[in-house]
Amino acid sequence: MTNHWNDIANADCILAMGGNPAENHPASFRWIMAAKDKGAKLISVDPRFTRTSAKADIYAPMRSGTDIAFLNGMIKYVLDDIEKNPQNYNMTYITEYTNASYLINPDYKGPIELDGLFSGYAGGLNEADASKRNYNKATWQPQRDEKGIPKQDKTLKDPNCAFQLLKKHVARYTPEKVNAICGTPVDVFLEVCKTYAATGKPGKAGTIMYAMGTTQHTVGAQNIRAYGILQMLLANIGVTGGGINAMRGESNVQGSTDFALLYHILPGYLKMIEDSDHTLEKYLERITPKSTDPLSLNWWSNTPKYVVSLLKAWYGGAATKDNEFGFNYLPKNEVGKNYSHIALFEAMEKGVIKGLLVWGQNPAVGGPNSNQERSAMDKLDWMVVADMWQTETANFWKRPGVNPASIQTEVFLLPARSSYEKEGSVTNSGRWMQWRYKCADAPGEAEDDLFMMTAIVRKLKELYSKEGGPNAEAITRLTWDYGSGHPDVRAVAKEINGYDLTTGKLMDTFANLKADGTTTSGCWIFCASYVEPDKEPNAPIPGNRASLRDSTPDKFNVGLFPKWSWCWPVNRRIIYNRASVDLNGVPWDKEHPVIWWQDGKWVGDVPDGAQPPMAVDPKATKLPFIMKPDGTASLFGPGMAEGPLPEHYEPWESPIQNLVSKQQVNPAVRIWRPQEHGEPDRFPIAASTYRITEHWQSGQMTRNCPWLVQAMPEPFVEMSEELAAEKGIKNGEKVIVESARGQVRMVAVVTKRFKPFQMNGKIVHQVGLIWHWGYIGLSTGDSGNLLTPHVGDANTHIPEYKAFLVDVRKA
Amino acid sequence: MELTRRDFLKASGAGAGGVFLLGSLKPVKTEARTHISLPLKKKIGEKTTICPYDGTGCGFIVAAENGKVVNIEGDPDHPINQGAACIKGQTLRQLSADNPWRLKKVLYRRPGGADWEEKTWDWAIDEIAKRIKKTRDSAFVEKNSRGVTVNRTEAIAHLGGSALDDQECYLLTKMNRALGMLYIEHHARL
Amino acid sequence: MADKAILFDATRCTACRGCQVACKQWNTNDEVIPQQQDGVKEVNTGSYENPADLSPQTWIKTTFREIERNGKVRFLFNRRSCMHCTDAACVKVCPNHSVYHNEDGAVSYDKDTCTGCGYCVACPFDVPRFTKNGLTGVFTKMDKCTLCTTPGLNRIAEGMEPACVKSCPTDALLFGDRDELVKLGRKRVDDLKVKGFTNAYFYGDKELGGLHVMYVLDEAPEVYGLPKDPKVPPAAIAWQDVIQPMGWAVGGLTLVGLGLNYIVAREAKITRELPGKKEE
Repeated sequence: MTNHWNDIANADCILAMGGNPAENHPASFRWIMAAKDKGAKLISVDPRFTRTSAKADIYAPMRSGTDIAFLNGMIKYVLDDIEKNPQNYNMTYITEYTNASYLINPDYKGPIELDGLFSGYAGGLNEADASKRNYNKATWQPQRDEKGIPKQDKTLKDPNCAFQLLKKHVARYTPEKVNAICGTPVDVFLEVCKTYAATGKPGKAGTIMYAMGTTQHTVGAQNIRAYGILQMLLANIGVTGGGINAMRGESNVQGSTDFALLYHILPGYLKMIEDSDHTLEKYLERITPKSTDPLSLNWWSNTPKYVVSLLKAWYGGAATKDNEFGFNYLPKNEVGKNYSHIALFEAMEKGVIKGLLVWGQNPAVGGPNSNQERSAMDKLDWMVVADMWQTETANFWKRPGVNPASIQTEVFLLPARSSYEKEGSVTNSGRWMQWRYKCADAPGEAEDDLFMMTAIVRKLKELYSKEGGPNAEAITRLTWDYGSGHPDVRAVAKEINGYDLTTGKLMDTFANLKADGTTTSGCWIFCASYVEPDKEPNAPIPGNRASLRDSTPDKFNVGLFPKWSWCWPVNRRIIYNRASVDLNGVPWDKEHPVIWWQDGKWVGDVPDGAQPPMAVDPKATKLPFIMKPDGTASLFGPGMAEGPLPEHYEPWESPIQNLVSKQQVNPAVRIWRPQEHGEPDRFPIAASTYRITEHWQSGQMTRNCPWLVQAMPEPFVEMSEELAAEKGIKNGEKVIVESARGQVRMVAVVTKRFKPFQMNGKIVHQVGLIWHWGYIGLSTGDSGNLLTPHVGDANTHIPEYKAFLVDVRKA
Repeated sequence: MELTRRDFLKASGAGAGGVFLLGSLKPVKTEARTHISLPLKKKIGEKTTICPYDGTGCGFIVAAENGKVVNIEGDPDHPINQGAACIKGQTLRQLSADNPWRLKKVLYRRPGGADWEEKTWDWAIDEIAKRIKKTRDSAFVEKNSRGVTVNRTEAIAHLGGSALDDQECYLLTKMNRALGMLYIEHHARL
Repeated sequence: MADKAILFDATRCTACRGCQVACKQWNTNDEVIPQQQDGVKEVNTGSYENPADLSPQTWIKTTFREIERNGKVRFLFNRRSCMHCTDAACVKVCPNHSVYHNEDGAVSYDKDTCTGCGYCVACPFDVPRFTKNGLTGVFTKMDKCTLCTTPGLNRIAEGMEPACVKSCPTDALLFGDRDELVKLGRKRVDDLKVKGFTNAYFYGDKELGGLHVMYVLDEAPEVYGLPKDPKVPPAAIAWQDVIQPMGWAVGGLTLVGLGLNYIVAREAKITRELPGKKEE
């Protein structure tokens, strides 16, 4: 989240799209209601009418996988309205804080010229050759002057400026086109546009609350880009009640991402090392963005400090200048190789992966194409599972239809403690790092994961010291100084914060981290979370800011709660908050200011850079988007795999042809299993998976709790009354839902809340399935993921759970 | 942190949406009976925690007697949920040690085995470390085809972390990368 | 003391069902966690609504209804539990005053003295539920919401809100002085009417002498499954006003009791509109 949960109360309009907060983040609705009580409008965009829709002022149905068409239509509405009513929009924000004025490479061509493709594509339309399904992005870059600063036209009139290119790009997405693609009635769509566009007025704010409904598509990342463009045009980033707010589905999916349990990053979003990084210097050179613009703070220029401080945290005295601070202890990714979830299970099936360590995850239920993922596990030599419960993953050898005797995998199942049986912190969607305590005893011999990994590392250190092995020092020299008995979690938290090695004291801020090996920090964005006791004496655990419990309001009383827990970075509660003020540092919204330049200094939230406002000191000032090399937000984005602007492509499995261009699917997407593609003649019904309030993820944490099983006892598939009538299915009957990958048996919930989509003269039915069930535990049943495909987004490789094809019949 | 019982009660009243007003003294109805005054059967309000389900980060208060959970409800002082809780948050107590479905012992399934066997921690850690070393060392690439030091193995993969604490996630990354692992993934995509 | 009450505002409820389990959590209902062979005795009948009915272990449940208005679907959530009526049939018929009004106006009961006679099925809202003796099939005890006044679990006496109210993330449930909540509820319904909800209704203000659980509704009560004009069954009135004053004649008790049980039950069946059904 750019903002945080309490801040939703400051919004004038809330766009819940690709997310269902009432269902999956029920407590957040407290703040949606608070906003509504003050007159805010709630818009719910969803293929079906949900618990969120039930409270919405406007409900807009939209076929799964058509978000970009919908959003580009909204962007078009805003751009057209800006032309007619510029006084209703924040033109200063658009011109000064975004790259709207940048002149783009004159050789750039877009989908209008190239029938759905952008310039630089290696292949042709609907390219089948995987090696050609990629772009050379050279023509997507801005023109730069001799100093390297982007050339600009602040009148936004130049046909080659980002603003005009965007306008031209979205012109095709008329309300009628949106209706034909998305199935959204034109009047409803226009009402959404009008209502949300009203937040473009300076002083008004609109927030977008989204979740996996947005991201789990072959165009998931571009869906978010479209949010970004919309929010920038409406000046909704950096302000109270605004932002792009990902509602995280797990208590610490934010933290586990921040701490880089992902293949492509190291802690604090440092890019992972690759083969081409022969030396530390080359690595730092590659991953440190440069800017020659004196107005750009380019915060990532500090990258070397964070990398070296990380290496020092991990290898201590063994990390010296002479050995590049232990750079070669760490592995390198093969350039361009993908190690994400789908790739991982494909590699497992091929026998590349022999051992699997699983910490509280259950891919046998939660992974896409679960039949494939379950059987891929047969190829493992061994598997270690740390969990509070028996899981389908740990019991993959007991799955229906297989003979355990034929599976040779050894499985170690380690009993884990619950969140309130151990001590540590979690980081919520709003980036709040909150400390929690051991409140109760664990059952039997259950231990916390911290104990398990420490015991394993201690044993490995012993083995490698004794027996040696390749790159053994990477293990033997690894720091692991958390006491000799049960590891001390506070010592780990302090290591994450980091130390000044010259004084031995905890670091106060990442601004003081150094690249010379005199500081440590296990994750730079968390630097300042755990300081010397005298720096935060009133915290329940002195010095530990995650333990803070002081709900004193912030200066402007906008719900920042600066003394409640701690949030990264440097306790900045709303990021990019420098965009919340005008060129003189005066808030666009004086009733709900985030920061304010008063008497020669910033007051309010921790500002994104302490430099004076642009008009106050044009020399010393900095542009507000400090994490972007050019200091501005990217209306036109050069970084994405499939284009600088979002373009509608149909899901990998779609009931209709793309109506905007001849390019059917995202041209940069990786197709793993072409043989498992469901064709609309056999599988005519669009489908999506989702979660429900009463259960959680793959179900172990809820299917073993009778209070929840009672409330939602069986997996179900929801369908319209029209589809049910067509198929002769009665409400509550058991049905079979089938895709090209598998089939499930579930209860049919026949509902008025799903309606067939009328699109382009064709009726398209959509159904929705939940996926919380499996074959182990108190309540058992089928998971919707037996149907979902192994295909993912071109940038993030997130699986396309939210749009695929099925057929339905009576069981 | 520890809360006193008095804090809990005070806070609980404050969370009453502003309508928990003291009543005026009116005559009690003739048949009405006064509240039966018995001490509460359950302990309330002791230590704070954060919900382990979704990413909202709601605060809860756990009351335990001799290590056994007797009551869990929303933390009224928490700015996000202000004492409230959805159905899953209200169910937190069923995650406790009292739930017979919780794992209590280290379990091991041998190759081709039809069921689980109980093992000790010491045995399991020894065996796991041996497996990791054997698999890592036999599929370890020190230099790639162009002679660049890459120190990696594709033979061991990692999954998970979103249900763990920050400190655990951090140490898992540290351990995984020290082992040279590349296939590292958690729930972010699922 | 002024009467206390709960105000439920259907326009704020998101059906997160925190209240449904908060009640169980606090009141230690359905505490036993079954093994797989015993399972959980619920099935999905084609609705989000479960358990299927109130029970001795389920004192409050969220109901779900789907309707169409002007071609647009509405998803309506309601709260089903004891209404804590002023003119409470259960209090009237209880032979030994096990069911009674407490000082706050809520309908409490003394489980120790409850004989499970079953007369309180007279309830016009079909709320009381009975534990049956496994061998004889005879009712042994009645259970229902006590507005968190169960001795030993009395939140109200401790200065706390009822568990369900505290749990509500959107303040769809409020607890406080009834007079204050009546004012608030009336105002909210007036506001709804201004917004175009012409059938908006404030339920519980006058029904049965005034309920201690009141409802702000944006549709007519029947649409939310609430009986439009709930009445205490005549037989229950007869019991309290005619039969009971005759005293507990030891010999005739059983006979009269069983006969009455039948009359009351039949009456209840006829007069109430069963809530909890999906509107066709």
